[in-house]
Amino acid sequence: MQSIHFIVFLPFLAAIVAGLGNRMLGNVISKSITTAALFIAAGLSWPIFIGFLTGDAEAAVVPVLKWVESGTLTFDWALRVDTLTAVMLVVITSVSALVHLYSWGYMDEDPDQPRFFAYLSLFTFAMLMLVTADNLVQMFFGWEGVGLASYLLIGFWFKKPTANAAAIKAFVVNRVGDLGFMLGIFGTFVVFQTTSIPEILEAAPAMSGSTIGFLGYRLQTMDILCILLFIGAMGKSAQLGLHTWLPDAMEGPTPVSALIHAATMVTAGVFMVCRLSPMFEAAPIALGVVIFVGAATCFFAATIGTTQWDIKRVIAYSTCSQLGYMFFAAGVGAYGAAMFHLFTHAFFKALLFLGAGSVIHAMHHEQDMRYYGNLRKHIPITFWAMMAGTLAITGVGVLYVFGFAGFYSKDAILEAAYARGTGLSNFAFWMGAVAALLTSFYSWRLMFLTFWGKPRWIESEHIQHSVHKTPEEAGEDTTGGYHPHESPMSMLIPLGVLTIGAVFAGFVFKDGFIDGEAFWAGSIYFNAELIHALHVVPYWVKLTATFVMVLGFLTAVYAYLIKPDLPAKFVEQFRFIHQFVFNKWYFDELYDRIFIRPAFWFGRKFWKWGDVGTIDRFGPDGAAWLVQRGALVAKKVQTGYLYSYALIMLIGVVAAITWVLF
Amino acid sequence: MVGFPILTTMLLVPLIAAIACFFLEAKAARQTALVATLINLALGILLWAKYEIGGPQWQFVEEAPLFAGFSYALGIDGIALMLIVLSVFLMPICILASWEGIKTRVGEYMAAFLIMELLMVGVFAAQDIFLFYIFFEAGLIPMYLIIGVWGGANRIYASYKFFLYTLLGSVLMLIAMFWMVNEAGSSSIPALMQYDFEPGAQTWLWLAFFASFAVKMPMWPVHTWLPDAHVQAPTAGSVILAGVLLKMGGYGFIRFSLPMFPEASAQFAWLVFILSMIAVIYTSLVALVQSDMKKLIAYSSVAHMAIVTVGLFAFNVQGLEGAMIVMLSHGLVSGALFLCVGVIYDRLHTREIERYGGLSINMPKYAIFFLLFTMASIGLPGTSGFVGEFLSLAGIYKVSTLVTLVCTTGIILGAAYMLYLYRRVAFGIQKNEDAAAMSDLNLREWVMLTPIAAAVLWMGVYPESFLAPMRADIAALDARVSRAAPEGDSKLKIGEPKAEAANALKHVEISEGAH
Amino acid sequence: MMEGSSIGIEHFVTVSAILFVLGVLGIFLNRKNVIVILMAIELILLAVNINLVAFSAFMGDLVGQVFAMLVLTVAAAEAAIGLAVLVIYFRNRGTIAVDDAKQMKG
Repeated sequence: MQSIHFIVFLPFLAAIVAGLGNRMLGNVISKSITTAALFIAAGLSWPIFIGFLTGDAEAAVVPVLKWVESGTLTFDWALRVDTLTAVMLVVITSVSALVHLYSWGYMDEDPDQPRFFAYLSLFTFAMLMLVTADNLVQMFFGWEGVGLASYLLIGFWFKKPTANAAAIKAFVVNRVGDLGFMLGIFGTFVVFQTTSIPEILEAAPAMSGSTIGFLGYRLQTMDILCILLFIGAMGKSAQLGLHTWLPDAMEGPTPVSALIHAATMVTAGVFMVCRLSPMFEAAPIALGVVIFVGAATCFFAATIGTTQWDIKRVIAYSTCSQLGYMFFAAGVGAYGAAMFHLFTHAFFKALLFLGAGSVIHAMHHEQDMRYYGNLRKHIPITFWAMMAGTLAITGVGVLYVFGFAGFYSKDAILEAAYARGTGLSNFAFWMGAVAALLTSFYSWRLMFLTFWGKPRWIESEHIQHSVHKTPEEAGEDTTGGYHPHESPMSMLIPLGVLTIGAVFAGFVFKDGFIDGEAFWAGSIYFNAELIHALHVVPYWVKLTATFVMVLGFLTAVYAYLIKPDLPAKFVEQFRFIHQFVFNKWYFDELYDRIFIRPAFWFGRKFWKWGDVGTIDRFGPDGAAWLVQRGALVAKKVQTGYLYSYALIMLIGVVAAITWVLF
Repeated sequence: MVGFPILTTMLLVPLIAAIACFFLEAKAARQTALVATLINLALGILLWAKYEIGGPQWQFVEEAPLFAGFSYALGIDGIALMLIVLSVFLMPICILASWEGIKTRVGEYMAAFLIMELLMVGVFAAQDIFLFYIFFEAGLIPMYLIIGVWGGANRIYASYKFFLYTLLGSVLMLIAMFWMVNEAGSSSIPALMQYDFEPGAQTWLWLAFFASFAVKMPMWPVHTWLPDAHVQAPTAGSVILAGVLLKMGGYGFIRFSLPMFPEASAQFAWLVFILSMIAVIYTSLVALVQSDMKKLIAYSSVAHMAIVTVGLFAFNVQGLEGAMIVMLSHGLVSGALFLCVGVIYDRLHTREIERYGGLSINMPKYAIFFLLFTMASIGLPGTSGFVGEFLSLAGIYKVSTLVTLVCTTGIILGAAYMLYLYRRVAFGIQKNEDAAAMSDLNLREWVMLTPIAAAVLWMGVYPESFLAPMRADIAALDARVSRAAPEGDSKLKIGEPKAEAANALKHVEISEGAH
Repeated sequence: MMEGSSIGIEHFVTVSAILFVLGVLGIFLNRKNVIVILMAIELILLAVNINLVAFSAFMGDLVGQVFAMLVLTVAAAEAAIGLAVLVIYFRNRGTIAVDDAKQMKG
């Protein structure tokens, strides 16, 4: 397992070299170093993963350095490798390597390329530290490290005010989740006297009946701890309530969206729940929260996805929704299915993002789908890659024959939710089914708007800028004379590799992930009864996902190919609902009103009224004023006349004598 | 320990250099000051190297009786050692930071700084309570002069405010000291640390000391001198103020309030918690709306110091060690942030955030340093800020979950105001031409910022170097105060574990065919 | 002790008390002339001296008379310095009216 050192620290070294070398090294060297480091890391990761798949490898912990020892609270830097980590390793290093390669083409014209590649590698390092963590604190290190990298990458084009705002928003909203995570770690330490994950997991079942005080209430220990930790997961994985940063994060360059905001970082929350699954299994209420939040997010984000125009935002909401699937899968106890969906999702969502990046690249940085259309013939390779991604995300497949990646993982999740058989899991099942319908609809909507229909390019400002024509000048020619160009090889190769993943990842790995108790080897809680139950659910359950997928597809075909004016009419008819959904359920506005504006308002009031108006006024300035006023009074005694001084003296003497004598 | 009196030498070197500086002209004074502070840094490192971890509690002890039981007694434990090292580490950087910025009365300026160094080392090394008092209070004078003579436009107001605030608290402390020495019959700090004052008297003594240390810290609501002092002080003055002077309050709590009055400390812990909770929320929000860079960082200092106080009054090892690390970390990080402000202030002569923008473009190296220190300030793991905050808050969690919850919101607000600052200074477009024309770091600024950056990362990745010397002393302190430790509100009550996992299926018969 | 008409200690004390009060009033009520204040001080000292000598004689203790001699010398010196100050004051300000001497007014 010594290769784990290289896997984790090579990207870090590369990031340091590229970041500090920056303009000294030049673009090509920086890009080569970072990309090579990632390909080596990916090359070293796959053997580990295959080792676990074949059962040859064993879990191991490689110590690195002592970190903190404070009384009984100790935690060290160490790299843990087990099945769960191995799955994440291949996902992270592979997608990251491909994204590095892709960025050669995508970022070709950017003046700050070394910085970009350094950030990407830094992110990969932090993510690897997260998944190899052996204790909660190192996980938190990775957790915050990816937050930092995400902040830097979202704000990579830091001249854009929107990018800066999005970067800060991402960091701060994540910190809200981290508040929960930190409290969870503290509570865990109080309960278990350790932050070591294996020790906690071992001791967790014994604590399932205990209670603990929190904020003056007496609560179930495991439930409160798991809920606190889950708040951290909600922040990172953009679940309902703390999701607002993810769509805005699309301000970053598209490769970043593919790597961080689709394939890896946002799945950290799911990874955490799976890593701590024995702990969550001791916390029924917390699992209920996980199911509810997951199911609600899954539905909520999908509704918004159907209305957005920005191609990246559609995919971002789609990510949010798919993360909801993973969470409720974990919540019902199908951790293997959650990880499986995480795994397949990494491939097809990265593919969709990179495909979208390729489209954006072709369309001269236009991201609005209203100005796309008919691109099928102009950028065929991108089109087919996106098609594979769409088939995978919508879950196209024929039972018992073959399906694209999402077919297996999403079906497994829905079946598990149904098989679990509680009220909440049934809620999750139906929410998931509706979301699957919406997923199919918005994915095909994206495809049809982008690749079918008439070209609507000339209306885009970006395109006008490129061809130096306004719509009036262009007249009937809606292309405006613009010729979309297929992306360079460096961008197409990653698309090709990911296409293979999106097509086959489900079919090849389904047995290992879902049924493989031996494969997981205790790295997650494996619920054999549930897995058995999900295989014997009624046929209508197994076919639900396929049915709603077809339904969504047909609706999209009808609305965007056969009757393209239908969506507008629909919007006209249901203006209120559309506005509500289109404005993302007004979450941003709500948060602005109840958090951001009051924070600034209170800040100003505390400063002007509190510090200046009260403390200074009655404190030091008040004391100074008092002394000055007192002196004014006191000086009146100082008449300057000798006789009044003498009188006062006499009175003083008399008083003194009187006091002494009597 | 008999041998070369390192501590006295560390006091004498700056003293001699300070006297020399009075008579030297500008250039020679600068060089003398730099050499003297570097010698002291070397001595500080020697001290650290020769400090025997696990050895006697008090090392490098020197004692010479003077009069009336009052003696010149020096000696350090691990806690004092780390703070002395912090002081001597920051001093050469301060001298360098004033290299070009100070043009008038250079000799006197350097002398003031050297005297300051003498007094800072003295405070942490003193083993006699009156000697401590003298060093503690005398520290006001050079700082008062530094702000009042070489400060900004409103320097007189700021320096008076600083002086009066701080002096007011210490009057009560002096009275308490007289009473204590009279009662215990010794003015030796180690002896007093072992003396058990009766709980009734402790209350009053604790309050008297609290008055002094709370102002120094500073705790809400006696913090308002700090923003003014920082804003008006020259860069190096701010660095020392934030880096070391604020630590004297925390050191006072750890050396006097806690070990000498454990019962009273426990009795008043709620007061400290309430003030700290208010401070975290209040000053963080105030920092959010500042338009003056130094003021923003000054307010953030108050919020960070609140984490120190809650850690100190957590009455457990994590809280105490965390508080110490936060102090060290804050000394480095806020010092570095003030240096960063100083770097651009030297170029543009304004602290208005709005006057900058887009500095990443023309000052990329500066932007990296600034980013690192920003991240350390908001407690990103891997930097020193995280280790301290994490341990402090982990410690306080054992005592009160509510206090933890409120103080942990500091990590959210901290991120908000620091990133908002960073965005306005380093990101965005270059809207001001003069700001856009500023040059990147020069060699002198590199030399200033690099060691701090290295120390911040070192403390974040391998804090053991800093924790190890303090471990035994913190453990002794913990043992001393544990008799009064308040009961936590997160008491665990073990119950009967549930028979099966949460997602165990009820219908077990299904599973029969599974295997 | 003689009866009735003979002069007793009470008479001396009464006279010295009257002189003392006269002196004190001379300081307070006088608004005109600084010299009057000096003279009033002499009166106060005189009252003290009468007291000292009278008690010395009646109690047969010579220390009182020694003190009286001391007071006399101090009074003479004081009068000399006081007058000298007055002369300088008059030269500088051209007046010795008490009401005009109020430079110390706050």
